[in-house]
Amino acid sequence: MVRLKDLTTEEMFTSGHRLCAGCGAGIVARMTLKALRRPTVITNATGCMEVASTIYPFTSWKIPWVHVAFENAAAVASGIEAAYKAMTKRNAWDKQVDIIAFAGDGGTFDIGIQAVSGALERGHDFLYICYDNEAYMNTGIQRSGATPHGAATTTSPAGEVIPGKPEFKKDFIGICAAHGIEFAATASPAYWNDYITKVQRGLEVEGPAVIHVFSPCPLGMRHDSEKSIELAKLAVQTRYWPVYEVNKGKYKLNMKVPKPKPVIDFLKPQGRFRHLFRPKFQHELEVIQRWVDENWKRITELCGEA
Amino acid sequence: MSKIMGLTGDGAIAYAVKQSSVDVVAAYPITPQTLIVEEFSEFVHNGEVHTEFVCVESEHSAMSACVGASLTGARVFTATASQGLALMHEIMYIASSLRCPIVMGVVNRALSAPINIHCDHSDMMGSRDCGWIQIYGENAQEAYDWVVQAFKIAEDPSVLLPVTMNIDGFILSHSLEGVEVLDDEDVKRFVTTRKPVLRVDPDKPITVGALCLTDYYFETKRQQFEALEETTKVIDRVNKEYKILTGRRYGFVDSYGLEDAEAAILCLGSTAGTAKTVAGELRSQGKKVGVIKPWVYRPFPREEIMKALGGLKALAVLDRSCSFGAPYGALCSDVVGMLYQNGKELNVFNVIYGLGGRDMTPFDIEAIFNEALEVAETGLVKEPLKFIGVRE
Repeated sequence: MVRLKDLTTEEMFTSGHRLCAGCGAGIVARMTLKALRRPTVITNATGCMEVASTIYPFTSWKIPWVHVAFENAAAVASGIEAAYKAMTKRNAWDKQVDIIAFAGDGGTFDIGIQAVSGALERGHDFLYICYDNEAYMNTGIQRSGATPHGAATTTSPAGEVIPGKPEFKKDFIGICAAHGIEFAATASPAYWNDYITKVQRGLEVEGPAVIHVFSPCPLGMRHDSEKSIELAKLAVQTRYWPVYEVNKGKYKLNMKVPKPKPVIDFLKPQGRFRHLFRPKFQHELEVIQRWVDENWKRITELCGEA
Repeated sequence: MSKIMGLTGDGAIAYAVKQSSVDVVAAYPITPQTLIVEEFSEFVHNGEVHTEFVCVESEHSAMSACVGASLTGARVFTATASQGLALMHEIMYIASSLRCPIVMGVVNRALSAPINIHCDHSDMMGSRDCGWIQIYGENAQEAYDWVVQAFKIAEDPSVLLPVTMNIDGFILSHSLEGVEVLDDEDVKRFVTTRKPVLRVDPDKPITVGALCLTDYYFETKRQQFEALEETTKVIDRVNKEYKILTGRRYGFVDSYGLEDAEAAILCLGSTAGTAKTVAGELRSQGKKVGVIKPWVYRPFPREEIMKALGGLKALAVLDRSCSFGAPYGALCSDVVGMLYQNGKELNVFNVIYGLGGRDMTPFDIEAIFNEALEVAETGLVKEPLKFIGVRE
């Protein structure tokens, strides 16, 4: 596990960007760039991280950064990787370069999943990082395939009949692992050394690697902006966000949570779940707790921990 | 030294790409483009090229990977048709806006629905405003020659814009022709290697694809408009250099019989070949007809077409696509706009033909010439827009 004193003090993702106070994406970007081992190129899907960090004529990125569109960060990374390979073959390029693709949950779980799957199947050498704030936060908090059951968004509002999103969250890491890639992992920004170590590992493996990191969003999840890291910690401590890795199909639990807090501890600080605390919908809290328990059981079984 | 090879239109494109030392090909199969990627895969798997062939999972990813590779400084090619081009549409605008000199073979095919695999120009016309240089070839030879030139045009530091090389699906893509190809070494010397001005390079970090709002976006588009107009100088120069190398003359517009023609057909692609043959027969009967074939459709060669018009009294513009709800097909709209802009009075009528691969026969073309001659004589256009070869 990486130690704090080993990390560079240089900031490659600079201040001055327009991300909200307490935004998880900015924290993830900053930590990611502290894990780099050699020259690195970023491809970024359309989303909060993109719009807030590169308002022309400004940029927060001190390393090469490319944004093309919403659904294709993985495909653009494929092209960049292929270009370096080909130019190396004809002696027109002599540097080893790492490639990281950043995308939110919308650009990953929904519109970008085809491009992700294609790039993983083809085996390009790159690291895909999905910062998951569990909805289309950039366009004003619409539900995505990553939005959890019960959460209120502007397209899954807390109605009198339908209390938030009826469906459950997709298993993105399961999908990635099914491609037989070397390394896929979940992480939470509250556990910085686990996350940074995973970024380092993701860059080291030859071929594609994926990290799925929880990303608090004060605006969309409706929590206090100074509580972002606390919320990211609660996500793990309630077993809502299991932290594990999959090495070539083999699951390994990175954070055991022997005494889990009830999931309501994670739900309560977030306005997107407020309606579930009304007597009328309180049974939904049990539904969510059940999902958390079952998901934890499934993951820990896969990890051989159960 | 050159030699004659038996090549299909698709094969001619694949062969030109092979000789042009392309770094990255990212492509997805679609009829009738598939021969290009199939033949190119053979070159890759037999070790005849250094190219990285990224066999992507969709045309959307094909164009996305091409943009990524092109921004990194690589020479890049892809090919598609019809639905594939439509799927790329979003990224085609980005490719030109980010100034990626990608060359793409477009094997023109109808758009669904109903689904149809045969030729028309609906696919490219649907993306005609995407900011790419757009070239149409009449036969496999032209496809080969233009692809070799396209890399040189696109990658010129004063251009840095992508190019589509259009050939008619099946009519050209799958027809075998004798194609005069250059020596590998001659092509290599002609196209050289790409020298990127800006690229994704960790030693000189740049941010590409930033957010431009109301304060800057318009300026970028204005500059892009200018950039495409300015490409004419480089296209002209490369055409001249290519003529020195091959003896084959290319330009913005190809014409036939225009020195004395009173009536002419203006059309794109393979139909021009049929039109020239029919015009030749009619001219031997003393009928003063001719053919104008724009090689370059974007930037629209206004000056060259105006020059080619000469003493014409009537012009039939043939569109192989339908612009629903518009006064004319896309090509004819451009021609009429150009005439009006230049204060030129000329009787024009528009013929929509060949949708979904419907044959354009010499008889149809003869009928159009005869109608154009009648318009030339009477000065009256009876039908400004008509369909030919269709059951009504």
